[in-house]
Amino acid sequence: MSTTTTEVLPETTLLRFATAGSVDDGKSTLVGRLLHDSKSVLTDQLEAVERVSASRGQEGPDLALLTDGLRAEREQGITIDVAYRYFATPRRRFILADTPGHVQYTRNMVTGASTAELTVVLVDARNGVVEQTRRHAAIAALLRVPHVVLAVNKMDLVGYAEPVFAAIAEEFTAYATELGVPEVTAVPISALAGDNVVEPSANMDWYGGPTVLEHLETVPVSHDLAHCHARLPVQYVIRPQSAEHRDYRGYAGQIAAGTFRVGEDVTVLPSGRTTRIAGIDLLGEPVDAAWTTQSVTVLLEDDIDVSRGDLIVPTEDAPATTQDVEATVCHVADAPLTVGHRVLLKHGTRTVKAVVKDIPSRLTLDDLSLHPHPGQLVANDIGRVKIRTAEPLPVDSYADSRRTGSFILIDPADGTTLTAGMVGESFASPEPVKDETDDGWEF
Amino acid sequence: MTAVVTVEEGTHSPYALSHLDALESEAVHIFREVAGEFENPVILFSGGKDSIVMLHLALKAFAPAPVPFSLLHVDTGHNFAEVLEYRDRVVAAHGLRLHVASVQDYIDRGVLKERPDGTRNPLQTLPLTERIQSERFDAVFGGGRRDEEKARAKERVFSLRDEFSQWDPRRQRPELWNLYNGRHAPGEHVRVFPLSNWTELDVWQYIAREGIELPQIYFAHRREVFRRGGMWLTAGEWGGPKDAETVELRQVRYRTVGDMSCTGAVDSDATTLDDVIAEIAASRLTERGATRADDKLSEAAMEDRKREGYF
Repeated sequence: MSTTTTEVLPETTLLRFATAGSVDDGKSTLVGRLLHDSKSVLTDQLEAVERVSASRGQEGPDLALLTDGLRAEREQGITIDVAYRYFATPRRRFILADTPGHVQYTRNMVTGASTAELTVVLVDARNGVVEQTRRHAAIAALLRVPHVVLAVNKMDLVGYAEPVFAAIAEEFTAYATELGVPEVTAVPISALAGDNVVEPSANMDWYGGPTVLEHLETVPVSHDLAHCHARLPVQYVIRPQSAEHRDYRGYAGQIAAGTFRVGEDVTVLPSGRTTRIAGIDLLGEPVDAAWTTQSVTVLLEDDIDVSRGDLIVPTEDAPATTQDVEATVCHVADAPLTVGHRVLLKHGTRTVKAVVKDIPSRLTLDDLSLHPHPGQLVANDIGRVKIRTAEPLPVDSYADSRRTGSFILIDPADGTTLTAGMVGESFASPEPVKDETDDGWEF
Repeated sequence: MTAVVTVEEGTHSPYALSHLDALESEAVHIFREVAGEFENPVILFSGGKDSIVMLHLALKAFAPAPVPFSLLHVDTGHNFAEVLEYRDRVVAAHGLRLHVASVQDYIDRGVLKERPDGTRNPLQTLPLTERIQSERFDAVFGGGRRDEEKARAKERVFSLRDEFSQWDPRRQRPELWNLYNGRHAPGEHVRVFPLSNWTELDVWQYIAREGIELPQIYFAHRREVFRRGGMWLTAGEWGGPKDAETVELRQVRYRTVGDMSCTGAVDSDATTLDDVIAEIAASRLTERGATRADDKLSEAAMEDRKREGYF
């Protein structure tokens, strides 16, 4: 479909992506340029930035002020928290999770990556792959972000030299592939000069790939997930009890993965009761089939007990239920997580009591080494955890399903979100993807 | 050289949701999470386009059952008559329950004082937070969008407020995947923003797609306005024009709907939804920059108001 700007804005697809980069890699400049060149920085915002920059005696507008929204961030000149930015081109809408790069903000990178389908990792061409780059790649791999873009920035400062780019791209791709990142796209850029960000560079005719924006516009989004194991966490039971809909009893939820069809045999977990889908309403309209990530209401043939927290799955493709969950976690709270800690575990729409039975290891992101039995995990730590739940849970491996393989731990005393959890092995297998139409990744 | 990039149907697979479908589905998921986890939620409803879209999404989320929430309007006493009329009509049409917290009542009782600049937007915070406490609302839906303002860009979808309704940006819970944490202590509540990821254009495109009716002040019409602080304000008993200000009859429309004292109109010929969408797509100003005086008070005006309990 060809889209022109004269049409009144067609519906497009949505890409959620995250940026990761160290303090001086030029992340703000890249974000600023993407926003600016896609017309997403409007005059009054730019004027506000120029006014503040000038009052501080800075020469040009400091584009970081566009994203650093809190007083404390502006005072300290650093990004503390994830900021979400929005921009659009005629081809696609973008939600950018702009995450801080410091190691002490690992939890914010994890937060940004949890909903991202793509991560842009920035590298300074003069420094090449550094510890921080490995950390960003490891988080993208851990969170199973399906697409990774390596933006080799500041090419203008290395004479736009192809060998510099090629060496960095090769080293990074090898490292990322080893971690199981399924796809790396490397782009040589100068965010400052504008090379290969939005416009192709006149300085690097040796580069034949897409610009950063072209890649963002054309990378496939989560549609393959329609072919994964189907999962519907029941959020809410809809019972109108009106004269018109006296017998209506619908199970509302957002399809976490896969496709459901009317007439399909389904099982309700954890009870294990089976029935058949009698109908699917897509926000008030009956449909024959629905898929991830549509919010639907499912009607079942038999009047069985189903409530919030249950998981509806195809009978022939039901996950096992377990009370012993092994996972890789990122601890996001200031107070540590310790063995014996009593917590609440939220998985899908179900929240259950749980206890931390063991913390077998802590992971050092810099070199991916494992430290056995650290005793506790403190803020920003990533580690392996064994958890016993009070009730059986139908968990998938995070590698199979980012939605039904993830959970959070909550402090039952004050409701603090303690920990982000991913069920199963930490890093994906580096084996090459077999089927190009189904890369096994999940959003 | 130019990279060879083929844009094919691959990016528009039959299973890929359009951006509006994706945003709609996410918002519906948020409404249903709140319905499932909270005792007494309420939707803030001003009669502005964002809260109108919010209500439309809530109606779809629970269809064919009614929306399991009541509505709350903070009436500044300086609201547009067309908007109040719209509000009451919508409430009646859907059989909803409406709570009204009145700023004028607080001024009449001497609890709040009129500000010298006449704006009543900051005065909304106390009636809002007191009503939340007295009705024991534990979840309060707001139509705030992260694209509106840089402090709002930092806001969580589920945003915990203490017993004084205060927002502490440093104490925010990380929000991972779509696993929203609604835990709160008695007296605390959670502000919930189902439109967090929507932009102004998304809202207008959705309104056009769904055929949602809006108050007429969103479309170009002739109106008596006067210039103050670089904005066209509606003349009226609320406090304008003053001595040196003169009334003009202009063709204008509103991009946001708030208190008459601080919401400016823009010159416009846009009389249809398509016109409005084209106008916004071409605009070089954000809606708040164009039409909201209260956000210009200081660089952190919104953050400061949100800390105090504003939505």
